[in-house]
Amino acid sequence: MERIIMNGNSAAAYGAVLSRVQVTAAYPISPQTGIVEALAQHIASGRLKAKFIMAESEHSVMASLIAASEAGARVFTATSSQGLALMHELLHWAAGARLPIVMVNVNRAMSAPWTMYCDQSDIIAQRDTGWLHVYCEQNQEALDAIIQGYKVAEQVMLPVLVNMDGYYNSYTTEPVDVYDIEDVDRYLPPYNPPVKLDPNEPHTLHGGTGPHLFMEMRYQMWEAMEHARAVAQEADEEFGQIFGHRYGLTEAYGCEDAELVLVGSGSLVGTLREVVDERRERGERIGLLKIRYLRPFPTQQVRQAVASAQQIAVIDRNVSVGMGGVFWQEVRSALYGSQVRDRPVLGFIAGLGGRDVTPGTVDQIIQIARSNPPQDVPIWIELKERR
Amino acid sequence: MTKAYDEIRFHGRGGQGIVTASALLAQAFFYEGRYPQSVPVYGPQRRGAPVTVFLRVADQKIYQRSWVYHPRYVVVLDGSLIKIADVTQGVPDGGLILVNTPHNDREALGLGCSFQVAVVNADEIAYRLGLGGPPYPRINTLMIAAFSKVTGLVSLETVIRAAKERFPPKDDRMELGMREAYERVLLL
Repeated sequence: MERIIMNGNSAAAYGAVLSRVQVTAAYPISPQTGIVEALAQHIASGRLKAKFIMAESEHSVMASLIAASEAGARVFTATSSQGLALMHELLHWAAGARLPIVMVNVNRAMSAPWTMYCDQSDIIAQRDTGWLHVYCEQNQEALDAIIQGYKVAEQVMLPVLVNMDGYYNSYTTEPVDVYDIEDVDRYLPPYNPPVKLDPNEPHTLHGGTGPHLFMEMRYQMWEAMEHARAVAQEADEEFGQIFGHRYGLTEAYGCEDAELVLVGSGSLVGTLREVVDERRERGERIGLLKIRYLRPFPTQQVRQAVASAQQIAVIDRNVSVGMGGVFWQEVRSALYGSQVRDRPVLGFIAGLGGRDVTPGTVDQIIQIARSNPPQDVPIWIELKERR
Repeated sequence: MTKAYDEIRFHGRGGQGIVTASALLAQAFFYEGRYPQSVPVYGPQRRGAPVTVFLRVADQKIYQRSWVYHPRYVVVLDGSLIKIADVTQGVPDGGLILVNTPHNDREALGLGCSFQVAVVNADEIAYRLGLGGPPYPRINTLMIAAFSKVTGLVSLETVIRAAKERFPPKDDRMELGMREAYERVLLL
Protein backbone atom coordinates (compact mmCIF):
# COMPACT_ATOMS: atom_id res chain seq x y z
CA MET A 1 0.00 0.00 0.00
CA GLU A 2 1.13 3.49 -0.77
CA ARG A 3 -0.26 6.75 0.61
CA ILE A 4 -0.26 9.39 -2.12
CA ILE A 5 -1.46 13.00 -2.26
CA MET A 6 -4.07 13.20 -5.01
CA ASN A 7 -7.34 14.75 -6.01
CA GLY A 8 -10.63 12.89 -6.16
CA ASN A 9 -10.42 12.40 -9.91
CA SER A 10 -7.07 10.62 -9.60
CA ALA A 11 -8.42 8.57 -6.71
CA ALA A 12 -11.37 7.44 -8.84
CA ALA A 13 -9.03 6.46 -11.68
CA TYR A 14 -6.98 4.38 -9.24
CA GLY A 15 -10.20 2.72 -8.10
CA ALA A 16 -10.87 1.63 -11.68
CA VAL A 17 -7.26 0.48 -12.18
CA LEU A 18 -7.29 -1.59 -8.98
CA SER A 19 -10.62 -3.13 -10.06
CA ARG A 20 -8.92 -4.24 -13.29
CA VAL A 21 -11.66 -2.79 -15.48
CA GLN A 22 -11.45 -4.18 -19.02
CA VAL A 23 -13.31 -1.59 -21.06
CA THR A 24 -13.81 2.11 -20.52
CA ALA A 25 -15.60 4.50 -22.83
CA ALA A 26 -15.25 8.21 -22.29
CA TYR A 27 -16.46 11.63 -23.24
CA PRO A 28 -14.92 14.62 -21.44
CA ILE A 29 -16.88 16.97 -19.20
CA SER A 30 -15.60 19.09 -16.31
CA PRO A 31 -15.18 18.49 -13.44
CA GLN A 32 -14.89 14.78 -14.28
CA THR A 33 -12.44 14.88 -17.19
CA GLY A 34 -9.42 14.21 -14.96
CA ILE A 35 -10.75 10.71 -14.26
CA VAL A 36 -10.82 9.51 -17.85
CA GLU A 37 -7.59 11.39 -18.65
CA ALA A 38 -5.86 9.57 -15.81
CA LEU A 39 -7.32 6.27 -16.99
CA ALA A 40 -6.03 6.93 -20.51
CA GLN A 41 -2.57 7.46 -18.98
CA HIS A 42 -2.79 4.29 -16.91
CA ILE A 43 -3.71 2.35 -20.05
CA ALA A 44 -0.99 4.02 -22.15
CA SER A 45 1.63 3.25 -19.50
CA GLY A 46 0.61 -0.41 -19.37
CA ARG A 47 -0.45 -0.23 -15.73
CA LEU A 48 -4.02 -1.08 -16.79
CA LYS A 49 -4.78 -3.50 -19.61
CA ALA A 50 -8.08 -2.22 -20.95
CA LYS A 51 -9.79 -1.07 -24.12
CA PHE A 52 -10.33 2.71 -24.15
CA ILE A 53 -13.18 3.83 -26.43
CA MET A 54 -13.35 7.51 -27.37
CA ALA A 55 -17.05 8.10 -27.90
CA GLU A 56 -18.75 11.05 -29.61
CA SER A 57 -21.20 11.67 -26.76
CA GLU A 58 -22.11 10.42 -23.32
CA HIS A 59 -25.08 8.62 -24.84
CA SER A 60 -22.66 6.59 -26.95
CA VAL A 61 -20.42 6.05 -23.93
CA MET A 62 -23.20 4.28 -22.07
CA ALA A 63 -24.30 2.39 -25.19
CA SER A 64 -20.71 1.13 -25.64
CA LEU A 65 -20.48 0.06 -22.03
CA ILE A 66 -23.80 -1.76 -22.20
CA ALA A 67 -22.54 -3.72 -25.21
CA ALA A 68 -19.16 -4.46 -23.62
CA SER A 69 -20.80 -5.52 -20.38
CA GLU A 70 -23.18 -7.82 -22.29
CA ALA A 71 -20.07 -9.38 -23.84
CA GLY A 72 -18.80 -10.16 -20.35
CA ALA A 73 -16.32 -7.36 -19.70
CA ARG A 74 -15.93 -5.37 -16.47
CA VAL A 75 -16.64 -1.81 -17.63
CA PHE A 76 -16.23 1.69 -16.20
CA THR A 77 -16.81 5.33 -17.04
CA ALA A 78 -17.23 8.71 -15.40
CA THR A 79 -19.37 11.72 -16.20
CA SER A 80 -21.00 14.85 -14.79
CA SER A 81 -24.12 16.95 -15.06
CA GLN A 82 -25.38 17.43 -18.65
CA GLY A 83 -23.35 14.38 -19.66
CA LEU A 84 -25.15 12.21 -17.12
CA ALA A 85 -28.46 13.66 -18.26
CA LEU A 86 -27.67 12.76 -21.87
CA MET A 87 -27.22 9.12 -20.77
CA HIS A 88 -30.61 9.04 -19.07
CA GLU A 89 -32.53 6.55 -21.23
CA LEU A 90 -29.57 4.18 -21.28
CA LEU A 91 -29.26 4.29 -17.49
CA HIS A 92 -32.67 2.62 -17.37
CA TRP A 93 -31.49 0.16 -20.02
CA ALA A 94 -28.32 -0.77 -18.12
CA ALA A 95 -30.31 -1.45 -14.95
CA GLY A 96 -33.14 -3.29 -16.72
CA ALA A 97 -30.58 -5.41 -18.58
CA ARG A 98 -29.08 -6.19 -15.15
CA LEU A 99 -25.55 -5.14 -16.07
CA PRO A 100 -22.98 -4.61 -13.27
CA ILE A 101 -21.59 -1.36 -14.69
CA VAL A 102 -19.85 1.02 -12.27
CA MET A 103 -19.85 4.71 -13.14
CA VAL A 104 -18.58 7.74 -11.24
CA ASN A 105 -20.62 10.90 -11.38
CA VAL A 106 -18.84 14.06 -10.31
CA ASN A 107 -21.58 16.36 -9.07
CA ARG A 108 -22.10 19.48 -11.11
CA ALA A 109 -25.25 21.57 -11.11
CA MET A 110 -27.58 21.21 -14.08
CA SER A 111 -27.77 24.24 -16.36
CA ALA A 112 -29.31 26.78 -17.15
CA PRO A 113 -27.82 29.12 -16.17
CA TRP A 114 -24.56 27.60 -17.38
CA THR A 115 -22.33 26.57 -14.51
CA MET A 116 -19.65 24.04 -13.72
CA TYR A 117 -19.85 24.14 -9.93
CA CYS A 118 -21.08 21.53 -7.53
CA ASP A 119 -24.55 20.46 -6.54
CA GLN A 120 -26.48 17.21 -6.65
CA SER A 121 -29.15 18.19 -9.18
CA ASP A 122 -27.51 15.96 -11.81
CA ILE A 123 -27.43 12.74 -9.81
CA ILE A 124 -30.73 13.27 -8.03
CA ALA A 125 -32.53 13.39 -11.38
CA GLN A 126 -31.26 9.83 -12.02
CA ARG A 127 -32.48 8.44 -8.69
CA ASP A 128 -35.17 6.21 -10.16
CA THR A 129 -33.19 4.55 -12.95
CA GLY A 130 -32.54 1.34 -11.00
CA TRP A 131 -28.87 1.96 -10.17
CA LEU A 132 -27.38 1.76 -6.71
CA HIS A 133 -26.41 5.27 -5.58
CA VAL A 134 -23.37 5.75 -3.33
CA TYR A 135 -22.34 9.21 -2.06
CA CYS A 136 -18.71 9.86 -1.08
CA GLU A 137 -17.43 12.24 1.59
CA GLN A 138 -13.67 11.99 1.01
CA ASN A 139 -11.43 11.14 -1.92
CA GLN A 140 -10.52 7.81 -0.33
CA GLU A 141 -14.17 6.86 -0.37
CA ALA A 142 -14.36 7.35 -4.13
CA LEU A 143 -11.51 4.90 -4.70
CA ASP A 144 -12.99 2.46 -2.20
CA ALA A 145 -16.58 2.78 -3.48
CA ILE A 146 -15.52 1.77 -7.00
CA ILE A 147 -13.85 -1.44 -5.82
CA GLN A 148 -16.77 -2.17 -3.49
CA GLY A 149 -19.13 -1.18 -6.31
CA TYR A 150 -18.00 -4.04 -8.55
CA LYS A 151 -18.12 -6.45 -5.61
CA VAL A 152 -21.77 -5.56 -5.00
CA ALA A 153 -22.88 -4.99 -8.61
CA GLU A 154 -21.58 -8.37 -9.80
CA GLN A 155 -23.50 -10.16 -7.04
CA VAL A 156 -26.84 -8.40 -7.40
CA MET A 157 -26.50 -7.70 -11.13
CA LEU A 158 -27.43 -4.05 -10.94
CA PRO A 159 -25.27 -1.06 -11.95
CA VAL A 160 -23.71 1.30 -9.40
CA LEU A 161 -23.34 5.07 -9.51
CA VAL A 162 -20.54 6.34 -7.31
CA ASN A 163 -21.10 9.97 -6.61
CA MET A 164 -18.57 12.59 -5.51
CA ASP A 165 -18.67 16.35 -5.40
CA GLY A 166 -17.18 18.54 -8.09
CA TYR A 167 -14.32 20.72 -6.76
CA TYR A 168 -14.71 19.59 -3.13
CA ASN A 169 -13.57 16.10 -4.14
CA SER A 170 -12.71 16.16 -7.83
CA TYR A 171 -10.10 18.94 -7.62
CA THR A 172 -9.26 18.81 -3.91
CA THR A 173 -6.01 17.01 -3.12
CA GLU A 174 -5.41 15.08 0.09
CA PRO A 175 -3.67 11.84 1.14
CA VAL A 176 -5.24 8.69 -0.35
CA ASP A 177 -4.28 5.04 0.25
CA VAL A 178 -3.61 3.13 -2.96
CA TYR A 179 -3.70 -0.59 -2.21
CA ASP A 180 -1.56 -3.34 -3.69
CA ILE A 181 -3.50 -4.76 -6.61
CA GLU A 182 -2.86 -8.32 -5.38
CA ASP A 183 -4.80 -7.48 -2.21
CA VAL A 184 -7.66 -6.07 -4.28
CA ASP A 185 -7.59 -9.26 -6.39
CA ARG A 186 -8.26 -11.28 -3.23
CA TYR A 187 -11.26 -9.08 -2.48
CA LEU A 188 -12.61 -8.75 -5.99
CA PRO A 189 -12.42 -11.88 -8.16
CA PRO A 190 -12.65 -11.57 -11.99
CA TYR A 191 -16.14 -10.93 -13.33
CA ASN A 192 -17.82 -14.13 -14.40
CA PRO A 193 -21.18 -13.25 -15.98
CA PRO A 194 -24.04 -15.73 -15.81
CA VAL A 195 -25.01 -14.90 -19.40
CA LYS A 196 -22.99 -13.17 -22.09
CA LEU A 197 -23.10 -12.39 -25.76
CA ASP A 198 -20.88 -14.68 -27.77
CA PRO A 199 -20.72 -14.76 -31.61
CA ASN A 200 -20.05 -18.51 -31.46
CA GLU A 201 -23.28 -19.10 -29.62
CA PRO A 202 -25.66 -16.40 -30.85
CA HIS A 203 -28.73 -15.43 -28.87
CA THR A 204 -30.85 -12.36 -28.27
CA LEU A 205 -31.04 -10.45 -24.99
CA HIS A 206 -33.80 -8.09 -23.85
CA GLY A 207 -36.08 -8.59 -26.84
CA GLY A 208 -39.66 -7.34 -26.93
CA THR A 209 -41.53 -8.36 -23.79
CA GLY A 210 -45.29 -8.25 -23.30
CA PRO A 211 -47.41 -7.58 -20.23
CA HIS A 212 -47.22 -11.27 -19.29
CA LEU A 213 -43.58 -10.96 -18.11
CA PHE A 214 -42.46 -7.34 -17.80
CA MET A 215 -43.85 -6.83 -14.32
CA GLU A 216 -42.16 -9.96 -12.99
CA MET A 217 -38.86 -8.74 -14.41
CA ARG A 218 -39.31 -5.42 -12.61
CA TYR A 219 -40.10 -7.32 -9.43
CA GLN A 220 -36.83 -9.22 -9.83
CA MET A 221 -35.04 -5.88 -10.07
CA TRP A 222 -36.83 -4.78 -6.92
CA GLU A 223 -35.75 -7.95 -5.13
CA ALA A 224 -32.16 -7.53 -6.31
CA MET A 225 -32.11 -3.98 -4.96
CA GLU A 226 -33.60 -5.11 -1.63
CA HIS A 227 -30.97 -7.85 -1.46
CA ALA A 228 -28.28 -5.25 -2.25
CA ARG A 229 -28.60 -3.83 1.29
CA ALA A 230 -27.18 -6.99 2.85
CA VAL A 231 -24.69 -7.52 0.03
CA ALA A 232 -23.38 -3.96 0.32
CA GLN A 233 -23.11 -4.30 4.09
CA GLU A 234 -21.12 -7.52 3.77
CA ALA A 235 -18.94 -6.11 1.01
CA ASP A 236 -18.15 -3.10 3.20
CA GLU A 237 -17.38 -5.30 6.20
CA GLU A 238 -15.01 -7.53 4.24
CA PHE A 239 -13.39 -4.45 2.70
CA GLY A 240 -12.82 -3.05 6.16
CA GLN A 241 -11.16 -6.25 7.32
CA ILE A 242 -8.70 -6.22 4.42
CA PHE A 243 -8.09 -2.51 3.85
CA GLY A 244 -8.99 -0.89 7.16
CA HIS A 245 -11.68 1.46 5.80
CA ARG A 246 -15.35 0.74 6.50
CA TYR A 247 -18.25 3.08 5.98
CA GLY A 248 -21.61 1.31 6.38
CA LEU A 249 -24.68 2.26 4.35
CA THR A 250 -24.99 5.17 6.76
CA GLU A 251 -22.76 6.48 9.51
CA ALA A 252 -24.26 7.68 12.77
CA TYR A 253 -21.75 9.99 14.45
CA GLY A 254 -22.55 11.07 17.99
CA CYS A 255 -26.24 10.23 17.49
CA GLU A 256 -26.82 8.00 20.56
CA ASP A 257 -27.84 10.83 22.89
CA ALA A 258 -28.27 13.61 20.33
CA GLU A 259 -31.14 16.05 20.68
CA LEU A 260 -30.50 17.42 17.19
CA VAL A 261 -29.28 15.17 14.39
CA LEU A 262 -27.87 16.82 11.26
CA VAL A 263 -28.33 14.68 8.15
CA GLY A 264 -26.16 15.12 5.07
CA SER A 265 -24.46 13.44 2.13
CA GLY A 266 -21.33 13.98 0.07
CA SER A 267 -18.40 16.24 0.86
CA LEU A 268 -20.30 18.64 3.12
CA VAL A 269 -20.48 15.81 5.67
CA GLY A 270 -16.83 16.55 6.51
CA THR A 271 -17.74 20.09 7.49
CA LEU A 272 -20.74 18.86 9.52
CA ARG A 273 -18.40 16.41 11.27
CA GLU A 274 -16.05 19.14 12.49
CA VAL A 275 -18.92 21.34 13.66
CA VAL A 276 -20.41 18.37 15.56
CA ASP A 277 -16.99 17.72 17.17
CA GLU A 278 -16.74 21.33 18.26
CA ARG A 279 -20.31 21.46 19.62
CA ARG A 280 -19.80 18.16 21.45
CA GLU A 281 -16.70 19.57 23.13
CA ARG A 282 -18.93 22.37 24.40
CA GLY A 283 -21.38 19.79 25.75
CA GLU A 284 -24.10 20.28 23.12
CA ARG A 285 -25.96 17.12 22.18
CA ILE A 286 -25.69 17.29 18.42
CA GLY A 287 -25.14 14.30 16.15
CA LEU A 288 -24.51 13.63 12.49
CA LEU A 289 -26.13 11.09 10.20
CA LYS A 290 -24.23 10.58 6.98
CA ILE A 291 -26.26 8.92 4.26
CA ARG A 292 -23.90 6.99 2.00
CA TYR A 293 -26.42 4.90 0.08
CA LEU A 294 -29.43 6.68 -1.39
CA ARG A 295 -30.42 3.49 -3.27
CA PRO A 296 -31.15 1.10 -1.79
CA PHE A 297 -32.37 3.50 0.88
CA PRO A 298 -31.14 2.45 4.35
CA THR A 299 -34.50 2.94 6.09
CA GLN A 300 -33.72 0.91 9.21
CA GLN A 301 -30.36 2.59 9.80
CA VAL A 302 -31.93 6.03 9.42
CA ARG A 303 -34.71 5.19 11.90
CA GLN A 304 -32.20 3.84 14.38
CA ALA A 305 -29.82 6.81 14.10
CA VAL A 306 -32.49 9.38 14.95
CA ALA A 307 -34.28 7.30 17.58
CA SER A 308 -33.35 9.63 20.46
CA ALA A 309 -33.45 12.88 18.51
CA GLN A 310 -35.89 15.64 19.38
CA GLN A 311 -35.22 17.26 16.03
CA ILE A 312 -33.77 16.21 12.70
CA ALA A 313 -32.29 18.69 10.22
CA VAL A 314 -31.61 17.43 6.70
CA ILE A 315 -29.21 19.47 4.61
CA ASP A 316 -29.73 19.07 0.87
CA ARG A 317 -27.37 20.24 -1.84
CA ASN A 318 -30.20 19.78 -4.33
CA VAL A 319 -33.78 20.90 -4.71
CA SER A 320 -36.80 19.29 -6.28
CA VAL A 321 -38.53 22.51 -7.23
CA GLY A 322 -42.11 22.36 -6.01
CA MET A 323 -41.33 20.04 -3.07
CA GLY A 324 -37.91 20.52 -1.47
CA GLY A 325 -34.62 18.73 -0.98
CA VAL A 326 -34.68 15.08 -1.98
CA PHE A 327 -32.80 13.68 1.03
CA TRP A 328 -35.32 15.55 3.20
CA GLN A 329 -38.21 13.83 1.41
CA GLU A 330 -36.48 10.46 1.67
CA VAL A 331 -35.80 10.81 5.39
CA ARG A 332 -39.34 11.98 6.13
CA SER A 333 -40.71 9.11 4.13
CA ALA A 334 -38.46 6.59 5.95
CA LEU A 335 -39.61 7.89 9.35
CA TYR A 336 -43.32 7.84 8.54
CA GLY A 337 -44.84 4.91 10.37
CA SER A 338 -41.87 4.61 12.73
CA GLN A 339 -41.75 5.48 16.42
CA VAL A 340 -40.12 8.82 15.69
CA ARG A 341 -42.70 9.92 13.15
CA ASP A 342 -43.84 13.05 15.02
CA ARG A 343 -40.39 14.55 15.59
CA PRO A 344 -39.79 17.62 13.47
CA VAL A 345 -37.79 16.85 10.33
CA LEU A 346 -36.52 20.15 8.97
CA GLY A 347 -35.35 20.53 5.41
CA PHE A 348 -32.50 22.93 4.60
CA ILE A 349 -31.35 23.83 1.10
CA ALA A 350 -27.70 24.86 0.98
CA GLY A 351 -24.70 24.93 -1.31
CA LEU A 352 -26.46 24.98 -4.68
CA GLY A 353 -24.35 25.70 -7.77
CA GLY A 354 -21.10 25.58 -5.78
CA ARG A 355 -22.14 27.98 -2.99
CA ASP A 356 -19.68 27.18 -0.21
CA VAL A 357 -21.06 25.34 2.82
CA THR A 358 -18.87 26.54 5.68
CA PRO A 359 -18.82 25.83 9.42
CA GLY A 360 -20.65 29.19 9.67
CA THR A 361 -23.40 27.87 7.37
CA VAL A 362 -23.82 24.89 9.67
CA ASP A 363 -23.91 27.19 12.72
CA GLN A 364 -26.78 29.07 11.06
CA ILE A 365 -28.63 25.84 10.35
CA ILE A 366 -28.33 24.83 14.01
CA GLN A 367 -29.49 28.24 15.15
CA ILE A 368 -32.52 28.22 12.85
CA ALA A 369 -33.35 24.62 13.84
CA ARG A 370 -33.52 25.72 17.49
CA SER A 371 -35.97 28.51 16.68
CA ASN A 372 -38.75 26.05 15.79
CA PRO A 373 -39.07 27.03 12.13
CA PRO A 374 -41.78 25.69 9.78
CA GLN A 375 -41.52 21.97 9.09
CA ASP A 376 -43.52 21.67 5.90
CA VAL A 377 -41.46 23.88 3.59
CA PRO A 378 -37.74 23.83 2.87
CA ILE A 379 -35.56 26.51 4.48
CA TRP A 380 -33.15 28.15 2.07
CA ILE A 381 -29.87 29.05 3.75
CA GLU A 382 -27.67 32.11 3.16
CA LEU A 383 -29.76 33.55 0.34
CA LYS A 384 -28.68 37.01 -0.71
CA GLU A 385 -31.15 39.84 -0.14
CA ARG A 386 -33.38 40.51 -3.14
CA ARG A 387 -32.67 43.96 -4.58
CA MET B 1 -13.29 28.20 12.32
CA THR B 2 -13.56 24.92 14.12
CA LYS B 3 -9.94 23.74 14.29
CA ALA B 4 -6.51 25.33 14.17
CA TYR B 5 -5.06 24.91 10.72
CA ASP B 6 -2.21 26.53 8.88
CA GLU B 7 -4.14 28.16 6.04
CA ILE B 8 -2.62 29.49 2.85
CA ARG B 9 -4.26 31.20 -0.13
CA PHE B 10 -2.66 31.34 -3.56
CA HIS B 11 -3.54 33.94 -6.18
CA GLY B 12 -2.36 33.43 -9.73
CA ARG B 13 -3.40 33.41 -13.35
CA GLY B 14 -4.48 30.39 -15.38
CA GLY B 15 -1.28 28.99 -16.92
CA GLN B 16 1.06 29.98 -14.07
CA GLY B 17 0.88 26.57 -12.45
CA ILE B 18 -0.88 27.80 -9.33
CA VAL B 19 -2.83 24.57 -8.74
CA THR B 20 0.47 22.73 -9.07
CA ALA B 21 2.21 25.17 -6.70
CA SER B 22 -0.33 24.35 -4.02
CA ALA B 23 -0.20 20.61 -4.77
CA LEU B 24 3.62 20.62 -4.54
CA LEU B 25 3.54 22.48 -1.26
CA ALA B 26 0.91 19.99 -0.03
CA GLN B 27 3.27 17.19 -1.02
CA ALA B 28 6.14 18.82 0.87
CA PHE B 29 4.04 19.16 4.01
CA PHE B 30 3.02 15.52 3.61
CA TYR B 31 6.69 14.48 3.42
CA GLU B 32 7.15 16.20 6.77
CA GLY B 33 4.38 14.14 8.33
CA ARG B 34 1.59 16.69 8.18
CA TYR B 35 -1.90 16.35 6.66
CA PRO B 36 -2.51 18.71 3.71
CA GLN B 37 -5.72 19.56 1.83
CA SER B 38 -5.50 21.70 -1.32
CA VAL B 39 -8.72 23.21 -2.68
CA PRO B 40 -8.67 25.01 -6.04
CA VAL B 41 -11.41 27.36 -7.16
CA TYR B 42 -11.60 28.27 -10.82
CA GLY B 43 -14.08 28.51 -13.64
CA PRO B 44 -13.69 27.15 -17.15
CA GLN B 45 -9.91 27.08 -17.55
CA ARG B 46 -8.59 30.06 -19.43
CA ARG B 47 -5.02 31.25 -19.65
CA GLY B 48 -4.54 34.52 -17.84
CA ALA B 49 -7.77 34.42 -15.82
CA PRO B 50 -7.41 34.90 -12.04
CA VAL B 51 -7.33 31.60 -10.15
CA THR B 52 -7.46 31.02 -6.39
CA VAL B 53 -6.30 27.94 -4.52
CA PHE B 54 -6.56 27.23 -0.81
CA LEU B 55 -4.22 25.01 1.16
CA ARG B 56 -4.95 23.78 4.68
CA VAL B 57 -2.39 21.92 6.72
CA ALA B 58 -2.89 20.20 10.06
CA ASP B 59 -1.23 17.67 12.31
CA GLN B 60 -4.32 15.47 12.13
CA LYS B 61 -6.74 14.46 9.39
CA ILE B 62 -8.81 17.32 7.96
CA TYR B 63 -12.50 16.59 7.43
CA GLN B 64 -13.82 20.08 6.76
CA ARG B 65 -14.34 20.87 3.07
CA SER B 66 -14.87 24.52 2.43
CA TRP B 67 -12.90 27.46 1.23
CA VAL B 68 -10.39 29.33 3.36
CA TYR B 69 -11.60 32.78 4.45
CA HIS B 70 -8.93 33.92 6.90
CA PRO B 71 -5.57 32.76 5.55
CA ARG B 72 -2.55 33.66 7.64
CA TYR B 73 -0.42 33.29 4.51
CA VAL B 74 -1.09 34.54 0.97
CA VAL B 75 1.10 33.76 -2.05
CA VAL B 76 0.60 36.02 -5.08
CA LEU B 77 2.16 34.52 -8.21
CA ASP B 78 1.52 37.62 -10.31
CA GLY B 79 2.00 41.06 -8.71
CA SER B 80 -0.44 42.67 -11.19
CA LEU B 81 -3.25 40.76 -9.45
CA ILE B 82 -2.98 43.05 -6.42
CA LYS B 83 -4.88 45.69 -8.43
CA ILE B 84 -7.70 43.37 -9.57
CA ALA B 85 -8.05 40.72 -6.85
CA ASP B 86 -8.50 41.50 -3.18
CA VAL B 87 -5.39 39.59 -2.12
CA THR B 88 -5.53 40.82 1.49
CA GLN B 89 -9.20 39.90 2.02
CA GLY B 90 -9.72 38.15 5.35
CA VAL B 91 -6.02 38.10 6.20
CA PRO B 92 -5.61 38.63 9.96
CA ASP B 93 -3.33 41.36 11.31
CA GLY B 94 0.25 40.18 11.21
CA GLY B 95 -0.54 37.81 8.33
CA LEU B 96 2.02 37.43 5.57
CA ILE B 97 1.65 38.30 1.87
CA LEU B 98 4.36 36.91 -0.43
CA VAL B 99 4.40 38.51 -3.88
CA ASN B 100 6.23 37.75 -7.12
CA THR B 101 7.20 41.27 -8.16
CA PRO B 102 10.19 43.44 -9.13
CA HIS B 103 9.07 46.08 -6.59
CA ASN B 104 10.25 46.20 -3.01
CA ASP B 105 8.21 49.10 -1.76
CA ARG B 106 4.96 48.53 0.13
CA GLU B 107 3.33 51.63 -1.29
CA ALA B 108 4.24 50.82 -4.88
CA LEU B 109 2.72 47.41 -4.27
CA GLY B 110 -0.46 48.95 -2.83
CA LEU B 111 -0.46 46.76 0.27
CA GLY B 112 -1.47 48.10 3.69
CA CYS B 113 0.69 48.17 6.77
CA SER B 114 -1.15 45.67 8.97
CA PHE B 115 0.44 42.71 7.18
CA GLN B 116 3.94 41.43 6.73
CA VAL B 117 4.95 41.69 3.07
CA ALA B 118 7.65 39.62 1.38
CA VAL B 119 8.76 40.03 -2.23
CA VAL B 120 10.81 38.02 -4.68
CA ASN B 121 11.39 38.72 -8.37
CA ALA B 122 10.65 35.18 -9.46
CA ASP B 123 9.97 36.19 -13.09
CA GLU B 124 13.49 37.54 -13.41
CA ILE B 125 15.06 34.40 -11.94
CA ALA B 126 12.96 32.15 -14.17
CA TYR B 127 13.74 34.14 -17.35
CA ARG B 128 17.45 34.24 -16.58
CA LEU B 129 17.63 30.50 -15.91
CA GLY B 130 15.33 29.66 -18.83
CA LEU B 131 12.59 28.11 -16.71
CA GLY B 132 9.54 28.10 -18.94
CA GLY B 133 9.35 31.01 -21.37
CA PRO B 134 7.43 34.22 -22.13
CA PRO B 135 4.65 34.89 -21.39
CA TYR B 136 4.68 32.12 -18.79
CA PRO B 137 7.96 31.73 -16.95
CA ARG B 138 7.73 28.73 -14.62
CA ILE B 139 7.74 30.48 -11.27
CA ASN B 140 5.47 28.23 -9.23
CA THR B 141 8.33 26.15 -7.82
CA LEU B 142 10.32 29.33 -7.08
CA MET B 143 7.43 30.81 -5.10
CA ILE B 144 7.04 27.79 -2.85
CA ALA B 145 10.79 27.86 -2.21
CA ALA B 146 10.45 31.51 -1.15
CA PHE B 147 7.42 30.51 0.95
CA SER B 148 9.57 27.99 2.78
CA LYS B 149 12.06 30.74 3.69
CA VAL B 150 9.66 33.42 4.89
CA THR B 151 7.29 31.15 6.83
CA GLY B 152 9.60 28.44 8.13
CA LEU B 153 6.60 26.09 7.98
CA VAL B 154 8.32 23.62 5.68
CA SER B 155 11.96 23.04 4.80
CA LEU B 156 13.52 24.02 1.48
CA GLU B 157 14.85 20.51 0.98
CA THR B 158 11.41 18.88 1.14
CA VAL B 159 9.96 21.54 -1.18
CA ILE B 160 12.76 20.80 -3.67
CA ARG B 161 12.13 17.07 -3.26
CA ALA B 162 8.42 17.52 -4.03
CA ALA B 163 9.20 19.65 -7.11
CA LYS B 164 11.75 17.18 -8.46
CA GLU B 165 9.39 14.28 -7.95
CA ARG B 166 6.69 16.01 -9.98
CA PHE B 167 9.06 17.44 -12.62
CA PRO B 168 11.99 15.01 -12.92
CA PRO B 169 14.74 17.45 -13.93
CA LYS B 170 17.01 17.07 -16.97
CA ASP B 171 19.45 19.53 -15.39
CA ASP B 172 19.78 21.52 -12.17
CA ARG B 173 18.17 24.81 -13.33
CA MET B 174 14.91 24.36 -11.42
CA GLU B 175 16.74 23.53 -8.20
CA LEU B 176 19.15 26.45 -8.70
CA GLY B 177 16.18 28.75 -9.26
CA MET B 178 14.43 27.49 -6.14
CA ARG B 179 17.55 27.98 -4.04
CA GLU B 180 18.01 31.48 -5.45
CA ALA B 181 14.37 32.42 -4.74
CA TYR B 182 14.85 31.09 -1.20
CA GLU B 183 17.96 33.25 -0.73
CA ARG B 184 16.64 36.40 -2.40
CA VAL B 185 13.12 36.66 -0.98
CA LEU B 186 12.95 39.86 1.03
CA LEU B 187 10.74 40.60 4.02
CA LEU B 188 9.85 44.31 3.73
